[in-house]
Amino acid sequence: MSAFATVQRGAVAVVTFDTPGQSINTFSKAIGWELDELLQRLEGDEVVKAIVLRSGKPDNFIAGADIGEFVALRSVEEAVRLSRDGQLLTQRVADFPKPIVAAIHGSCLGGGLELALACRYRVASDHLRTQLGFPETQLGVIPGMGGSVRLPRLIGARAALDMILTARNERPRKALQLGLVDEVVPESILLDIALAAAERLARDWKPVRKGRGVSGALLDGNPLGRMLVYRKAREEVERKTHGNYPAQPRAIEVVRVGLDGGMSNGLAAEAQAFGELAMTDVSRRLVEIFFATTELKRDDGVGGTPVRVKPVRRLGVVGSGFMGSGIAGTAVLQAGVEVRLKDADLAKVGRGLKTAIDILTAQLTKRRLTRPEYDRKRGYLTGSGTLDGFAGADLVVEAVFEELSVKHQVFAELESVVSPTAVLATNTSTLPVHEIATAAGHPERILGMHFFSPVDKMPLLEVIPTDRTSAEAIVTAVQFGRRMGKTVIVVADSPGFWVNRILLPYLNEAGFLLEEGVAIETIDEIMVQWGFPVGPVALMDEVGLDVAEKAGKVMQQSLGDRLTPSRVIAALRADNRLGRKNGRGFYQYRDGHKTSPDNSVFALLGVHPAKGDADRQRIEDRLVLAMLNEAALAASEGVVRAPRDGDIGALFGIGFPAFRGGPLRAIDAIGATEVVGRLERLVVAVGPRFAPAPVLEEMARTGQRWYPLPGNR
Amino acid sequence: MGTPYLFPMLTPPPGRRAVVVAGLRTPFAKAGTVLKDVTAVELARHCARELLYRTELPGDEIDEVIFGQVISSPLVPNVAREVSLLPQLPRTVPAYTLNRACASGAQAVTNAADQIMAGHADVILAGGVESLSDVPILHTRRMAQILATASRAKSLSGRLSEFAKIRPRDLRPVSPAIAEPSTGESMGESAEKMAKENGITREAQDEIALMSHQRAAAATADGRLTAEIAPWFGGRSMDDVIVSDNLIRADTSLDALARLKPVFDRTYGSVTAGNSSPLTDGASATLLMSEEKARALGYRPLTAIRSYAVAAVDPGWQLLMGPAYAVPLALKRAGITWQQLGLVEIHEAFAAQVLSNVQAWSSPAWAQRLGLPAPVGEVDWNRTNVMGGSIAVGHPFGATGSRLVTTLSNEMARRDVQFGLISICAQGGMGFAMVLERVA
Repeated sequence: MSAFATVQRGAVAVVTFDTPGQSINTFSKAIGWELDELLQRLEGDEVVKAIVLRSGKPDNFIAGADIGEFVALRSVEEAVRLSRDGQLLTQRVADFPKPIVAAIHGSCLGGGLELALACRYRVASDHLRTQLGFPETQLGVIPGMGGSVRLPRLIGARAALDMILTARNERPRKALQLGLVDEVVPESILLDIALAAAERLARDWKPVRKGRGVSGALLDGNPLGRMLVYRKAREEVERKTHGNYPAQPRAIEVVRVGLDGGMSNGLAAEAQAFGELAMTDVSRRLVEIFFATTELKRDDGVGGTPVRVKPVRRLGVVGSGFMGSGIAGTAVLQAGVEVRLKDADLAKVGRGLKTAIDILTAQLTKRRLTRPEYDRKRGYLTGSGTLDGFAGADLVVEAVFEELSVKHQVFAELESVVSPTAVLATNTSTLPVHEIATAAGHPERILGMHFFSPVDKMPLLEVIPTDRTSAEAIVTAVQFGRRMGKTVIVVADSPGFWVNRILLPYLNEAGFLLEEGVAIETIDEIMVQWGFPVGPVALMDEVGLDVAEKAGKVMQQSLGDRLTPSRVIAALRADNRLGRKNGRGFYQYRDGHKTSPDNSVFALLGVHPAKGDADRQRIEDRLVLAMLNEAALAASEGVVRAPRDGDIGALFGIGFPAFRGGPLRAIDAIGATEVVGRLERLVVAVGPRFAPAPVLEEMARTGQRWYPLPGNR
Repeated sequence: MGTPYLFPMLTPPPGRRAVVVAGLRTPFAKAGTVLKDVTAVELARHCARELLYRTELPGDEIDEVIFGQVISSPLVPNVAREVSLLPQLPRTVPAYTLNRACASGAQAVTNAADQIMAGHADVILAGGVESLSDVPILHTRRMAQILATASRAKSLSGRLSEFAKIRPRDLRPVSPAIAEPSTGESMGESAEKMAKENGITREAQDEIALMSHQRAAAATADGRLTAEIAPWFGGRSMDDVIVSDNLIRADTSLDALARLKPVFDRTYGSVTAGNSSPLTDGASATLLMSEEKARALGYRPLTAIRSYAVAAVDPGWQLLMGPAYAVPLALKRAGITWQQLGLVEIHEAFAAQVLSNVQAWSSPAWAQRLGLPAPVGEVDWNRTNVMGGSIAVGHPFGATGSRLVTTLSNEMARRDVQFGLISICAQGGMGFAMVLERVA
């Protein structure tokens, strides 16, 4: 069956792209050949004066290139060739003697957008699902079908770099502003308008594209201005990636060559850059992450036969503090469900509602919500001092004080009110879920849903079943977590679950380094250089020293002396330091903004900051291996269901460097033998807490890996 | 009107019964105070939505929404539809807003009852709302004409020449007055006139006001009134939570009331701000169902709508005397006598009006005028306005009727009273009466 169907409408051929057997359109070599043949035929067809290209898929134009072909690439040369083939096709479209109009409805991404850019004219629907963007840098490459060259020629260097480097999707209105599309119209008339444009173009109509204004002329419009643009972009990329992501600087270079060195030089640079980037480890890791998250979106966390559950329509939230209100606001925003927020204290309910509404308001201000959408979502959000409305809730999440007796009371009250099918979740981070569930009449519907703070921003959710939780409850929680926009991993009910389990030894190690007088900025700078968004000391301030202290105690109690906390946090707590939340921590804060490290911390510890150069490699090893070792141990205990979940959890829960793929991938990359060797040296130099996890010793012996090499499967 | 007043029977009306399942309102607040930044729509939606959650009623059970509002915003002419467009309801629930002046909320309830009894609906959300902090301010007629003509002008010069006609006096804003369009008399002036013609003393009026405040304060303290209120989250941080009405004065006294100056006749008057109902913001909602449906959904109905009646008098006569006609008619339609009433709620627009109505009901002369063999009945204050009235609680025009239905239904259930009466005077010389019957 062909992917393209052609219907003649007067002088215009309407080509509908509809890949058989797929829910979305993607671009592959085979599709390219088909399109090429079709164009040849239409070129010769005298009746055809113009072409409209549209998609037959609902809410999808073209989602991008076939990632399967990309993954199969084995050499730089092969990758360059793939890019060259794609460029030839888009060039064929661009050079086609008859005008081609793209009628874009739904996602128009990557290769799809490159094809659209090669068309003579672009009309987009104003639908919410219509989005245009280049996600390539998120996979460690750059647009390779001529998009890196055509985009800046169409919308200017600044806007093009912004789109390529951030991999951000643009909504239709913004796309129109940028000049990415020529018209935005309601979906109902999209084809008519595209047809009309095609007919006009066939009669030699020249569409007028507006200029870029004064600053556009000054910056994008001349080589000197563009030099400035490139330099700014390079600085920005360096500041954000610390040189860890090669695609970004390459993209800037290709844009420069494409604008200043001519089209064919640009295309050559693009293909070369694409080819080289496609073979980097960074790109491999990013592609693996892409596949892992895609898989996770289909994984309901229970394996085996699919379990069908009723989707959540009403969410109850008990406890209207920062977590509770964050959960409430995010649920309303993302999942669009009714949310009932309950707290014993009405003033607290009100403040919680305000916090939740603020999450919506921020989206309204950024124009990611229309006023009617905002009003409707806001109307879903209500609060109460009682459990009124909880009888109709399908899912309840409690986020009350972390105290077992308080939790027991909340669950007892809930069980007396909710419907028999409701799922009850605790958002605990330090208490064992099964202990919270012990007193329950129906423990099979109780589980943990561990959100991270701030809930609206943090992309991860840990779902924690106990050994009595039903499959239905797990699936309900996992599916709802996804509707809230979270990446969901199902983890075991053991101390710290997954994320805090591997985070704590790392933070703890930062504490020991401070005790030894290593400067705050040295520790943080080394880890930021390693790829973390913030260093461990700054992270402790963010988490809150009270929270860190409590988590540390819980972990030590259950996991033993290996996790004896450093005395740093206790010392700072004694000085009434809570971190960012009270503006006093390892760092100094002014108006809520972090300013500089507070070196008076060392006086509290009774140590002198170390003089001279620090042993950077030793510091890096201690911090990184503390986390990797714990990750190995926890994974071997079955805390996560698969290495995939563990790595994704670390990426989205802690900000583990994406180009390293996750802690378990990192172990594979370094090699278990090497990891064990370094750990053993640290046991001697630092202490027994670095004793290698048995699973690592086993792996070192057998040569096994967390992820078998392709071919060894 | 003749002999039908003679048959006191206890036969329930045939067919379906419309029952009150529950009611809820916002706090009532003096206009221009804590709810001044809130629109009528928001008030109406808030209490309706909270009522749904309190009753755990799924939104898709609702067949219709009827709300009363007296001074509606030109921007939201049908507030009921905005209520039925709450996201908790399907978007397909029809809704209308009605205006029976101060009896609008009560009219919404009886319209709902009619629809239910006729078999047109099973579940109706009826209520009322008023924000006197949110009244539309208008331009003068002349100014409005200039603006309308200018907006139709085809050229800038045409527009400018139209604007050039504006004179300073045209810029004076016009706000709706609470005055009779037919007579120009304000409601307070009418109350003042009634006090004089019916011989109602200042002391008697102040005693009614004192009783209203004391009883409302007691019912707030013991939670009977606050149980009918959905807390309002106010203020920038939404943590100024309002859980009760802000007009009730527990500490007022006859002395304090006596010190207030008459408002409408400064020399010989007796109607003061203290013995009148104040301008108020608030909304109220009542959930009505067919008895069958209520039981099928597992609710225990509070009361049934047994009968109602509306009457009107010449606004140029005693404007607020409508209830004197409506009450005996409603009793007749209910087939019961005044003596069978266990509880009575008289809307307190003005103490002078309450006492004028009460006096009429007990008067042989009035009975004669109505063709009744004997007076309607003597008011027993131990069974009347037992939780205070509009003078203390406040009077958001459109909402009061729904509030009275809720309050009376709850109190009838608490006291296990078989019959209760609501009496409301309304602008335009209208009177509204409703008889509720306890449902076991």
